Amino acid sequence: MSTPLLEVNNLRVSFKMHAGEVQAVRGVSFTLDKGEVLAIVGESGSGKSVTAQTLMRLTPTPPSYIKEGSILYEGKTDITKLSEAQMRKVRGAEMGMIFQDPMTSLNPTMTVGMQIAEGIRKHEKLSKKVALARAVELLKLVGMSNPEGRIHQYPHELSGGMRQRVMIAIALACHPKLLIADEPTTALDVTIQAQIMDVMRDVQEKTGTSIILITHDLGVVAELAQRVIVMYAGQVAEQGSLHDIFYNPRHPYTWGLLKSVPRLDSDRNSDLSSIPGTPPDLYAPPKGCAFAARCPYAMKLCLENDPPQFEIDGPAHTAKCWLNHPDAPKVDRPIETGGAAHV
Amino acid sequence: MSDAPILELTDLRKHFNLSGGRVLKAVDGLNFNVRRGETFGLVGESGCGKSTAGRTIMQLYEPTSGSIKFDGRDVSRLTKSERMKFTKEMQMVFQDPYASLNPRMTVGKIIGEGLEIHGLASGRKRTERVAELLDAVGLNEEHANRFPHEFSGGQRQRIGIARALAIEPKFIVADEPISALDVSVQAQVVNLFKKLQRERDLTYLFIAHDLAMVKHISDRIGVMYLGKLVEVADSDELNANPLHPYTQSLLSAIPLPDPEQQKSRERIILKGEIPSPLNPPSGCPFRTRCPHAMDVCAQTMPEFKEVKPGHFVACHLY
Repeated sequence: MSTPLLEVNNLRVSFKMHAGEVQAVRGVSFTLDKGEVLAIVGESGSGKSVTAQTLMRLTPTPPSYIKEGSILYEGKTDITKLSEAQMRKVRGAEMGMIFQDPMTSLNPTMTVGMQIAEGIRKHEKLSKKVALARAVELLKLVGMSNPEGRIHQYPHELSGGMRQRVMIAIALACHPKLLIADEPTTALDVTIQAQIMDVMRDVQEKTGTSIILITHDLGVVAELAQRVIVMYAGQVAEQGSLHDIFYNPRHPYTWGLLKSVPRLDSDRNSDLSSIPGTPPDLYAPPKGCAFAARCPYAMKLCLENDPPQFEIDGPAHTAKCWLNHPDAPKVDRPIETGGAAHV
Repeated sequence: MSDAPILELTDLRKHFNLSGGRVLKAVDGLNFNVRRGETFGLVGESGCGKSTAGRTIMQLYEPTSGSIKFDGRDVSRLTKSERMKFTKEMQMVFQDPYASLNPRMTVGKIIGEGLEIHGLASGRKRTERVAELLDAVGLNEEHANRFPHEFSGGQRQRIGIARALAIEPKFIVADEPISALDVSVQAQVVNLFKKLQRERDLTYLFIAHDLAMVKHISDRIGVMYLGKLVEVADSDELNANPLHPYTQSLLSAIPLPDPEQQKSRERIILKGEIPSPLNPPSGCPFRTRCPHAMDVCAQTMPEFKEVKPGHFVACHLY
């Protein structure tokens, strides 16, 4: 097996605020293989975006600090140890990022072509003409009609879907090995979301880049991802293949997430199942399992002891829940969970 | 549920005059009824006019033409005092639980304000009533003395719902009430809406862009595109048998949280984007993106007609 593109080990990121320290990311570990599409799922405040931004060192210091852990890129460079000047060579060239809001992430005073060419010229020292020609190619890649005309337009002349295509083109401009997409379709309408997901799948197939997809939408995960990490309160609650997470989930939080999505064939007269309560305060995370307070299966042990990652049929699928301990009581997984009915 | 409509819209239009003599036809000829005790879901993408429709029904905008009948009365042109009576019957829950609560008022004041304005309760009675309402939406009495910033998004939306319920309206217009919330919290709030409806005989107009959620909460659904209704049907019928090509593509664009189902189904991915409502296409507004567009579609707007009992569609294919 070749070296993974990215190896994240026990990453901890905190924000030092007036009121104290917010422990946004609390010991996250995962690997990403070359050409793999990994989804990080979680709700607001789960630490998914901070994790992704830390991979590119985009969270400002202060207030954020990497307290512990390493991010090994291609098995040799530790991203957490790089200086800002060194990071500038990595951003864009090695890793590209797509942000959620295409309205505010583009420069309103620059034409689309110049914005795409900017990164290319910076990293590859090409002439303006050559860089613009490449911008046209990139716009073609992301399915933009009339790319020769579009490069002379400003962001305000484009719709939300088109701006998101431009963002993808900018992120891809220097052939990065890793594309980080933070909620790339959340701000878009469903029919446009479907178009953008199509573009991302197409781009991944054509360029072979690895993708980390940050999202709260399990539908988007099912459509694009190969492997899934479920985050809760700054930690990895469960991780596994797409099939593991949807058809053999082993963490009650994953069950809750899967069950709270309405399905087109669900019974209208029954209540949606929801997860009671709210996530814990990350100024003072609980001592035991972070999910215990909301978990219908919580035991006394869960309130006292933070569970380790239990391997489920091998290291590729792990769940941070005591229910997977050999001595734990057997609970019936709610059978309507995701596709669990097919298992 | 009786079949007598509580709300009847006839050819409702709301046009906005913009600079340079341009006219934005946000809502352009809506015809539908909402039955007493049901939830009517209004769906569509950004800019389709669904929120404007909700606000016009609520009398936040004055309609350009057409009529709104509520409980048999025309309410589209009310005087100030008539409007006051009308707002007692109809209340609204807004999308953004952060922007729609006054940050300087305590929760008790926010919820109790309507009681005071309509002269329904004051003093101790008001405090009791607020406590009851907080309990009904799953919060508790002590929350009345706190300020909105002390609550999470889901809790704030519960406060917004308690405020809407305070003066015991018959009808609630909920404009994207869950789209700013996390998935697990969305489910909590949707369940709350359903519980309150059962307990209080409420009628809802539920406006949203998320067809999966709307399908779950609504008895009937109307689909809007560029200011016009393109299809209305019972929720199950719309899902099982969507007739309008736009409804078909909307349904197929929802990514299903099930990888195998997602892979095996056929998806219709629409070309292009919604045209500007300032310059809508001639004839059928959807024809520029429609996979079945014919010559006639560019010439005449298809009639909105009942093709099956209770199933209305505006499309030349039917």
